[in-house]
Amino acid sequence: MENKQQLTEQILRMSGVNARKCMRCGKCTATCPSFDEMEYHPHQFVYMVEKGDIEPLMKSESLYTCLTCFACVERCPRNVEPAKLVEAVRLAVIREQGANHLKPQDLPELWDEDLPQQAIVSAFRKYSK
Amino acid sequence: MQKIGVFVCWCGSNIAGTVDVHAVAETLKKEPGVVFSTDYQYMCSEAGQNLIKDSIKEYGLTGVVICSCSPRMHENTFRKAAQSVGLNPYMVEVANIREQCSWIHKDMATATEKAVILGRAAIAKVHLNAPLTAGESPVVKRALVIGGGIAGIQTALDIAEAGFEVDIVEKSPTIGGKMAQIDKTFPTLDCAACILTPKMVEAAQQEKIKIYSYSEVDEVKGFVGNFSVKIRRKARYVNEDICTGCGVCTEKCPQKKVPNEFNLGMDNRRAIYIPFAQAVPKVATIDPNYCTMLKTGKCGVCSKVCTAKAIDYTQKDEFVEAQYGAIVVATGFNPISLEKYDEFAYSQSPDVVTSLEYERLMNAAGPTSGTLLRPSDLTHPKTIVFVQCVGSRCDGGDKGKPYCSKVCCMYTAKHAMLTREKYPDTDVYVFYIDVRTPGKNFDEFYRRAVEDYGVHYIKGMVGKVVPQDGKLKVQASDLLSNEQLHIDADMVVLAAAIEPDKTARPLATMLTASMDTNDFFTEAHPKLRPVESPTAGVFLSGMCQGPKDIPETVSQASAAAAKVIGLLAKDKLTCNPCVAHSDEQLCNGCSSCEKVCPYGAITYQDKEFRMPNRTVAVRRVASVNPAVCQGCGACTVACPSGAMDLNGFSNRQIMAEVDAICK
Repeated sequence: MENKQQLTEQILRMSGVNARKCMRCGKCTATCPSFDEMEYHPHQFVYMVEKGDIEPLMKSESLYTCLTCFACVERCPRNVEPAKLVEAVRLAVIREQGANHLKPQDLPELWDEDLPQQAIVSAFRKYSK
Repeated sequence: MQKIGVFVCWCGSNIAGTVDVHAVAETLKKEPGVVFSTDYQYMCSEAGQNLIKDSIKEYGLTGVVICSCSPRMHENTFRKAAQSVGLNPYMVEVANIREQCSWIHKDMATATEKAVILGRAAIAKVHLNAPLTAGESPVVKRALVIGGGIAGIQTALDIAEAGFEVDIVEKSPTIGGKMAQIDKTFPTLDCAACILTPKMVEAAQQEKIKIYSYSEVDEVKGFVGNFSVKIRRKARYVNEDICTGCGVCTEKCPQKKVPNEFNLGMDNRRAIYIPFAQAVPKVATIDPNYCTMLKTGKCGVCSKVCTAKAIDYTQKDEFVEAQYGAIVVATGFNPISLEKYDEFAYSQSPDVVTSLEYERLMNAAGPTSGTLLRPSDLTHPKTIVFVQCVGSRCDGGDKGKPYCSKVCCMYTAKHAMLTREKYPDTDVYVFYIDVRTPGKNFDEFYRRAVEDYGVHYIKGMVGKVVPQDGKLKVQASDLLSNEQLHIDADMVVLAAAIEPDKTARPLATMLTASMDTNDFFTEAHPKLRPVESPTAGVFLSGMCQGPKDIPETVSQASAAAAKVIGLLAKDKLTCNPCVAHSDEQLCNGCSSCEKVCPYGAITYQDKEFRMPNRTVAVRRVASVNPAVCQGCGACTVACPSGAMDLNGFSNRQIMAEVDAICK
C-alpha cells in the first residue's frame, strides 16, 4: 500500500500534473489519434493515476502507443496534461529497469551523423539519471 | 478620563470555547479608565444589550468596549443600544475576538492572551474617541438604469410603478437586449418575443420612464442620493421625434451589404436600419461605418424617400447631464469569441454555429425565416451535434472561463427538443460533461428531451470537428461505453460560455463599483445583499452580476428595483461621520491626497490666513466634501505633513492602539 502511494506521488512529482483538476469531460480521449491502439485511454489514464493504480499502467502497452502528440494537453480545458502523465509512467518503467542509463562519455560510440539533436536531448531525458 | 465599560461576549462556545472570557473580563478590569467589566453568553441578544444599556446608566459610562465578533457583524447593534440610552454611538468600540482570535487559535492560553491584548487596544482607542454626529444629504428622486435588456426593463418598470422617475440608457438603437434575439424560452417554450415585446412597449409608454436609446454613459460624478451623470446620445442621423418608423428608408437604401448584428451577421441589412420589427423606439438609425452619404457625401436616397423629413446627416453626438439618486447596472452579457477553439472549426465552416446563432436560425424573423437550414448550402441538416461547456468550466487563462455559464444545459435541451419536434427525421446528439438543471421544472424539461423526443445524450466531449466533403467529421468520446465516436454531422452547435459585456469594466471604473476577476460586478454581500454593489447607491440587475437565466434575471431585477425604491423613498440620507478632514494649518497644498482619493472627494481652494504682524497670506489648502468621502483613509496615509486625519480613526487613535498592542 505504501509503495503504491509512493509510486503515485513519484509520478505526480515527475510529471508536474495535478490529476485532481480533471473534471472527467473526456475531451482527451475524444481528441486522441491513437485511441484504437490503446488499452487504457487518456481519461482512464488520468483517473487511474488519481486513484493510485500505477502498476497496471506500467505494464500496459498503452504507454508506447501514445504518440506524445500532445493533442490532449493542448485541448484539455482543465490543464491536466494527460500526455505528461504517460511520459512520467514511461520514465518510471525505465528507471525500474535500471542499468541502462546513458552517460555523456558513451555518446560518441552511439553517434549517428543523421541523428536529430532533439533526439539526443530526449535520450538524455529518458536514459540519464 | 473616560469611564469605560468592557463587555466580553462568549458567543456561545464560538468565543468561550477557545478564550477564557471570564479571565479576559477580569484582566481588562484593571486597565486605566475601566470602571466596569463583565462577560455574558450572547451580548447581541436582547438581554445582552440590556446589560450594556443598564451599565451605561448605572456607572455613567462615557465609553464602551465590546469584545465580540467582527464589527461588520454587530457594531451597528451595539451602537444603537448605546444611543438608546443617550451615549454617542461613536463612543462604542468593538474588539474582534472571534474571527481574529478564537476562530483561528486552538490553544486557550494564547487565545486568551490575544483577546486581552485586542481588548486593551480598543480601550486605548476609546480613551481618544470623541462623539461624532452624522450629517445628512438630500436624495434626488430619480433613478438611472444602465442597459435596456430584460433586466433593465423590469427594474425600470418596477421603479416607475412605485412612482419614481427612471431613465434607461441603452447603447444599441433599441431596448430588448439578448432576450429579443431568443426564439423560445425554457422550460415552458413561450415565444420570447411574445412575452418581451409587451414589456418593451410598456416601458416606452410608461410616463415615468425615459429611454435614451443609442446612448452611453460617459461620466459619473457624485455619490449615493446625488449622482451626476453625463449621457452621450450618439448621432443616429435621424430625428427621433419625427421618424415614424415606416421603414421605407431601410428598403430603399442602396447599401445592402451590411452584416446584420441582430441575426449575428448571418444575413445583411442596409446602412439605415431598424434592428427588428418590434424595436423600441421604432426609429431608423444610420450606421456611419457603411453609409455612403456620410462617408463620401454622395447618395442621400434615404433623405429623398423619407416623407417625414426625419433624416439629418449633420447630426452630432449630444450630451445630457442629469442627476440621479440611484444607479442600477444592467449591462448584461455576450457569448465569448470562439476564435481560439480551433478544434471545433468554428472559423472554418459556416455550419458550425454558436447556440445564439442557432436561436436565430430557428426564429421566424431570423435569416432563414424560421426554417432550419444549414448556412453553407441551405439544406436541411439531418445530423446535428450539440457541444456543451465550450469555454466554460475551464482552468482559466487561455483555456476559457473558470465558471459554469449556467444557462447552456437548459437552452441546449430546448434546441434539441425543438429540432426533434419540428424535424423528427433529424438525429440530434448532445455531448455533455454534466447536465445541470437546478430550477423549477428544469430537470423534467431535460428528461422530456431524452425520453419523449429521443435526443441522444452522450456523456463525453467532442475532441475535434473537421469539415470534409460537405460534412463535419466529429470525433468524440463516449465515456460510459469507453468508445471513441466518429459522427458525420451536417451541423455542429457550440454552447459558448457567456461573459459580461465589454462595456461593464469601464463603467465599473466610472462608478467605482468593484468587479471580480471575470468582470462580473461583485455584490455588497454574496448572500445577504445580493443586488447591491459595495458602492453605495449602485445596484445590480441581471447577468452583469453573474450567469443567470430569464426567471432569475427578472427576480433580481425586481429585487434591485425594491432596493432603489427604498432609497428613493427617503428624503434625506444619513452620512457616515467617519470622514477625512484636513488641518488647514498643516496642509501644504501638495495634492497628494487629491491624487489618491478614489471618490474624488478632495478639492483645493485658495484661502487667506492671518500671518504675524497683521499680514495676510493666501495658501492653497485641501478640503474634503464629507458627503462624498467614504472614510477609506487613503489620504491620511498619503499626506506628507500629517494634515489629513480621519474622524473616528485618527492617527493618534491608531497609534494608541498600536502602542497598547506592543506594550
